[in-house]
Amino acid sequence: MTEAPTLPNYRYVSRKRRTKEDRRFITGRGKFVADVFVPGMKHVAVLPSPHPRANILSIDSSAAMALPGVHYVLTGDELAAETNSLFHGLDLPNVVWHPLAVGMTRYAGEWVAAVVADSRYIAEDAAELIEVEYESLPAAVDSEKMIDEDQPLVHPAHGSNVLFRKTWEWGPVKDDFASMPHTVSYRARWGRSSTVPIETFGVVAKWDEITEIMDVWASIQMPQYQDQIASALRMPMNNVRVHNDVDVGGSYGVKRGIKHTILVSYLAKRLGFPVRFIEDRLDNMSGGDAHGPDRIFDITMAFDDDGVIRSMKIRALDDVGAYPGRAPLQLGKPMTALCGPYRVNSIEYEAISVTSNKTGQVPVRGFGQSPTNFAIETGLERVAKYLGLDRVEVRARNLVRKDEFPWKIPPGSLYDSGDFHAVLESAIKTSDWDDLIARRDALRAEGKLAGVGITTCLEPGGGNNIFEYLFNPKLEITTFVESVLIKVEPTGAITAVMCTTTSGQGHETMVSTIAGEELERDPDTIRVVHGDSLEALPTRSPVASRMTIVLGTATSNAAREIKAKMITIAAHDLGVEKDQIEYADGEFSVRGQPERKLLWGDVCHIAHKQFHRMPPGHELGLQAYSVQQVPGAGQLPNEKNEVPLYPCFSFQAHVPLVEIDPDTGKVKIHDYYIAHDCGTAINPDIVRGMIIGGVAHGVGAALYEKFEYDPDGQLLAGTFVDYLLPSAHEIPPVTDIEHCTPSPMTSLGQKGSGEGGYLGAPAAVASAVNDALSPYDIEINELPIRARDIEAALYDKMK
Amino acid sequence: MSEMEITLNVNGRNRTVSVPPRMTLVDCLRDMLRLTGTHVGCEHGICGACSVMFDGEPVRSCLMFAVQAEGHKITTVEGLADDDGKISDLQDSFWECHAMQCGYCTPGMLVASQALLAENPNPDDNEIREAISGNLCRCTGYQQIVEAVKMTAQRRRAVRS
Repeated sequence: MTEAPTLPNYRYVSRKRRTKEDRRFITGRGKFVADVFVPGMKHVAVLPSPHPRANILSIDSSAAMALPGVHYVLTGDELAAETNSLFHGLDLPNVVWHPLAVGMTRYAGEWVAAVVADSRYIAEDAAELIEVEYESLPAAVDSEKMIDEDQPLVHPAHGSNVLFRKTWEWGPVKDDFASMPHTVSYRARWGRSSTVPIETFGVVAKWDEITEIMDVWASIQMPQYQDQIASALRMPMNNVRVHNDVDVGGSYGVKRGIKHTILVSYLAKRLGFPVRFIEDRLDNMSGGDAHGPDRIFDITMAFDDDGVIRSMKIRALDDVGAYPGRAPLQLGKPMTALCGPYRVNSIEYEAISVTSNKTGQVPVRGFGQSPTNFAIETGLERVAKYLGLDRVEVRARNLVRKDEFPWKIPPGSLYDSGDFHAVLESAIKTSDWDDLIARRDALRAEGKLAGVGITTCLEPGGGNNIFEYLFNPKLEITTFVESVLIKVEPTGAITAVMCTTTSGQGHETMVSTIAGEELERDPDTIRVVHGDSLEALPTRSPVASRMTIVLGTATSNAAREIKAKMITIAAHDLGVEKDQIEYADGEFSVRGQPERKLLWGDVCHIAHKQFHRMPPGHELGLQAYSVQQVPGAGQLPNEKNEVPLYPCFSFQAHVPLVEIDPDTGKVKIHDYYIAHDCGTAINPDIVRGMIIGGVAHGVGAALYEKFEYDPDGQLLAGTFVDYLLPSAHEIPPVTDIEHCTPSPMTSLGQKGSGEGGYLGAPAAVASAVNDALSPYDIEINELPIRARDIEAALYDKMK
Repeated sequence: MSEMEITLNVNGRNRTVSVPPRMTLVDCLRDMLRLTGTHVGCEHGICGACSVMFDGEPVRSCLMFAVQAEGHKITTVEGLADDDGKISDLQDSFWECHAMQCGYCTPGMLVASQALLAENPNPDDNEIREAISGNLCRCTGYQQIVEAVKMTAQRRRAVRS
């Protein structure tokens, strides 16, 4: 359900339109990485360590090498000698990271050796023939013990399992706490889950000795991919060609296979033939370094008698596993909306990142924001309960008001725009809150457990990653660009070149819709291609709900420049001033004299082929590019560590109704309502899909998904039988109401929507489950809340 | 390892290939016949990305050996369009409803939905959810897929009436 936006009368934007990408997917014509066949390509299988922590005493690969069809067995020592350590977000000179273990294994599943063979089947056979002698060691598993207790060191050279620990204070926290009559303190825990795309990570690499180009096809979604490949392989960046036209089978942040890429590209160069590695599911779950945040929050909120929150103290302890990569920075992004959509005056934030003998963590949808939103919302529930206030009312009292934008929060973000109260009210109205409560109570009267949840939250979009600087001053990066090149052919056909990969976001649809809107040409006739990394303009990749904001604005800029150039050419040819030209529907006419006109194709023809009709000194052809800075970004933090972070803020309110089977603890979500405002929706079907898909993802994190470890550090969830992904049975029908408060920061008022429902659903589902458990005075603030957790809590109460 | 020659009827054509006995059907379809529309997601029969029609029934092609398919009739996503390349009403409804994002689970979803509609031309939402519950999608939350299947059934009813 979508409310008609009060917007300019767009002809393509915000209209129901079919997407560009879907046509190839419904016909089986997508080009995913496993569909890339390079002649002569050989296949890799990896050997995982069975030990969470062990010294590698010896590796004997002679039996594997003797197997017919085997070409090579690579071990960590050779690879480490020939390539550089992989990139970390933090400044950690003594935490060395290579694709294969060197001397020591740091988690169960870490790759110890790689086999190259004629087929994956033979490579797996050979991997089983490799004999590794290990000296098993005790592992560091419990993140809470890393700070004060004597634990085995994951990276002995680093000297500690604490990778980062820092406290920031924004505003008068001490005074604000002293001035408030009430505080609540609580713990909220986010379990180790991830996005787990249905396509695993894969990569194909081919080295050409003559051209000295490393061609890479990968299922990737990562900033600075080619930079990192070149750096690790010790070659100039223009020797690396990443093919961005590979369709990525889902990512939601996690497709960061830099170690896979270095492994495969090194082998391709070393062996002289193309090499491919496609993870199988166990490779992906245990050794792929694609786990998500694993976080403990300890929070205190200070508030008045009305439940208005004045100040917060937040301590977040995150376990990034054995190799940090960019993962610790996921404690930084939530600074962007650290107090959620609420008018909080001051915040103390302590961020602690620890390493452990577990599979590595990577960025997950929202880059740490979803766990933080869950933790904040838990606090809103606590405040309401403490004062005996209505949960909706407490949120309404704390939300930033419509007339207060731009609103600055203590860490420095400027919330750009919104109408939070209207969206909340819309969620309450659409869900028919009172009726929902009546249905809940009717279920309770039947002896069931039932609950209604409520959550409001923000989705920061745009990806100004200056928070990285607060974690590592060596990352003095104040821009996060995205680019597009638009060219119009002599015949009038339009092609746009974007510069990165797509993993389901519909970028081709977005770019063609915006270009079509700006140029008044049918988006279906506009081709959008993904330039490879040697051809492409600067990109930081489709992360941080940023492409509609940054690439979308770049597209508007480039299209407007094309239009201006065409008007200049038309004016010259028609013998009038530029401001005398009116453009509509592909026709350039003289104002007041509609018969004096040039058609779209005429101007294109002149620009490309008729130098004698061109304005003197005007560039030939019709092309324009835009390299777009993140709106509002570009500065370092001030002396108070304040800095405007992401530029655009989407808002959402979630209302689910759940029923819990009192015998089994199984949760069934009956209804799910969400009211959502992401400014101008470029394609409503895509936005709706993102929202509902994000909710599904959040339901998984709230109720089912966890990379469980035993106390010794063995992963207990390496398949889809023990790591449970929600099916169509578990995901309820979702009613989505769209609002539109255009952003002043972007070309058409668009904001981000890619992280959408995932940022609010875990908190909303937890709110509903805890409402259901409230008659038993049970509260569970640890995700996922699995059936067995509920059953155990009920059992404890009953006995 | 010695190979076996087998003949499969794939998308209406007999295809003869030589495969190792342990090669799975999905690897045979993808790597030998280059029908890459069928995808590999978990290789343990949970996700449904590798679903194909096998003698008219949906099966997981990761859980079968290619040699077990000798002489059988297989339809993959590439075989859903008609002989002139016109996409089916089911495919068209998936497009119309944007019943996908990344497109990776889509071929399996199409196969599961086609099997449902062949058996039950008027499924309700619960029956659709039941029919696709063996196929995992991480992008959509399933709703637009359910809507696409429903739209196909409605279109077929409109054609019949």
